[in-house]
Amino acid sequence: MQTQDSIEVFLDALLSMDRVVARRMLVDLNPEAALIDIVEPLVVPALERIGVLWEQGEVSLSQVYMSGRICEEIIDELLPACDLRRIDQPAMAIAVLDDHHFLGKRMVCSVLRASGYELKDYGAVDGRTLVERVMRDQIRILLISTLMLPSALRVRAVKDALERMGCRPLIVVGGAPFRFDAELWREVGADAMAGTAAEGISIVRALIERLTARSD
Amino acid sequence: MRVPMTSLERVLTTLSQREPDRVPLFLLLTMHGARELGLSIESYFSRPEYVVEGQLRLRGKYRNDCFYPFFHAAIELEAWGGEVLYTEDGPPNAGPPIITDPKQILALTPPRVSDSPGLLKVLEAIRGLKDRGGDEVPIIAVVMSPFSLPIMQLGFNAYFDLMFERPELFARLLALNQAFCRDWANAQLAAGATAICYFDPMSSPTIVTPGEFRKSALPIARQTIAGIKGPVAMHFASGRCEAIFDDLPQTGAAVIGVSVLDDLAALKQRAAGRLTLLGNLNGIAMRRWTTAQAEAEVKAAIAAAGSGGGFILSDNHGEIPYQVPDETLLVIADAVQRWGTYPLKVGDAPLDPASHS
Repeated sequence: MQTQDSIEVFLDALLSMDRVVARRMLVDLNPEAALIDIVEPLVVPALERIGVLWEQGEVSLSQVYMSGRICEEIIDELLPACDLRRIDQPAMAIAVLDDHHFLGKRMVCSVLRASGYELKDYGAVDGRTLVERVMRDQIRILLISTLMLPSALRVRAVKDALERMGCRPLIVVGGAPFRFDAELWREVGADAMAGTAAEGISIVRALIERLTARSD
Repeated sequence: MRVPMTSLERVLTTLSQREPDRVPLFLLLTMHGARELGLSIESYFSRPEYVVEGQLRLRGKYRNDCFYPFFHAAIELEAWGGEVLYTEDGPPNAGPPIITDPKQILALTPPRVSDSPGLLKVLEAIRGLKDRGGDEVPIIAVVMSPFSLPIMQLGFNAYFDLMFERPELFARLLALNQAFCRDWANAQLAAGATAICYFDPMSSPTIVTPGEFRKSALPIARQTIAGIKGPVAMHFASGRCEAIFDDLPQTGAAVIGVSVLDDLAALKQRAAGRLTLLGNLNGIAMRRWTTAQAEAEVKAAIAAAGSGGGFILSDNHGEIPYQVPDETLLVIADAVQRWGTYPLKVGDAPLDPASHS
């Protein structure tokens, strides 16, 4: 179990973009430990805290982005994607809808991978392509990142098209339009909204529990 | 009875930190002009005369205190060789980044305004507004800051990587962008623009730390704005500015765009007659505002920052979404007349917009 002090030191290392200290703190944990024992004590609380600090205007997006990237790099090195110690989970994917702004998607990918989850990255796609890929890959949790209001509104069409085809993945949305209009995620039929990349961790965890409860 | 001021007089009075006849209203509408003319957004921006006609009609409808001949941000990327992606219901968006390998920056040269058909259309629209709108209405033109243009040139994450890992290429790109930004701003002023809105979302503490701002963005802003031959407003496109607010007078900007995430009343105190504030209605949420809420939001903003002048009511992003209905915009325009007339009477009724939602 890590102390609050260790989390603070790790957090400071991430915010100051000090890869050396951040890496040393993770590597010094038991190298044979399961993923959950590596990421839960330090990575998840630090990234979640950084998300909260960004919401409060205390840290910048550049720090959020670099923190996620540093954690992802270190975790990928310690536990490659095929490592059996990664989290067993339902099929999950992320996409940017109708846009070429990738930052939000990149940050969510980083924090989820750094937290032990694997997800397919569909890149920038239009609604029809997204529906096809979700059907093809039998995605159970779909994360959609948007920057512009029109793209955010098109999540509804994606959801409706998937439902018409009998496919009902849980949809998590994120991006500026949803942060500036707290009701928008419900309006477009999403199951959850992540205000920050790190909030995606707790949302994905809760949705996996929901899916597990459904299948029991 | 007082003779109403012209829009330009109203704006100049508030910029001089005095109270005009009423709070100036900058409804920063771009795509709504297409709706007025019954055109698609792509058709509307294809001809400068459409934009001129759209802006004239919008001003007539909403009693707006400026013309806003801003087409879209992607028009600058197009000048650098990028692509503009049109949609039916939103602002034209920038296509894929033009710089896919940071080494390309070594061979990059800034485009010339005179060689860029898209930019020439904007200049033509400014000239048209100057001709038809006369001298009574300020024309607010737009440039992307040298520090923020790379978001489109490289993509956001590649830009962060460049900033933190390739400082020499980062500095070179900013220098190229600075030359372009200054030329583009001055071309718009020469065409008849009254002032330049310097869009710099990247400088917001929402995006970079105040330390990064002071190290990179502030010197660039100071140098660039010093070379722009007209008044400048600095705008963070919904990003916060409280943490760097006391640095902003150094940029040379006279007006600061304020986010809905900022405390408008607190910033008004800190501006202390040095800066005029522009903002800070939430354009995204505006789409679903009721009549009562729209009026309450206007009233709250005026109560927070209207006293003593130094305030222009506007949205907080620099562009109102196409989805915001005309009815809401009319309520906002009426509310400014009702609650923004000096001496202000905004203390007469509840101010909390949440109570009307």
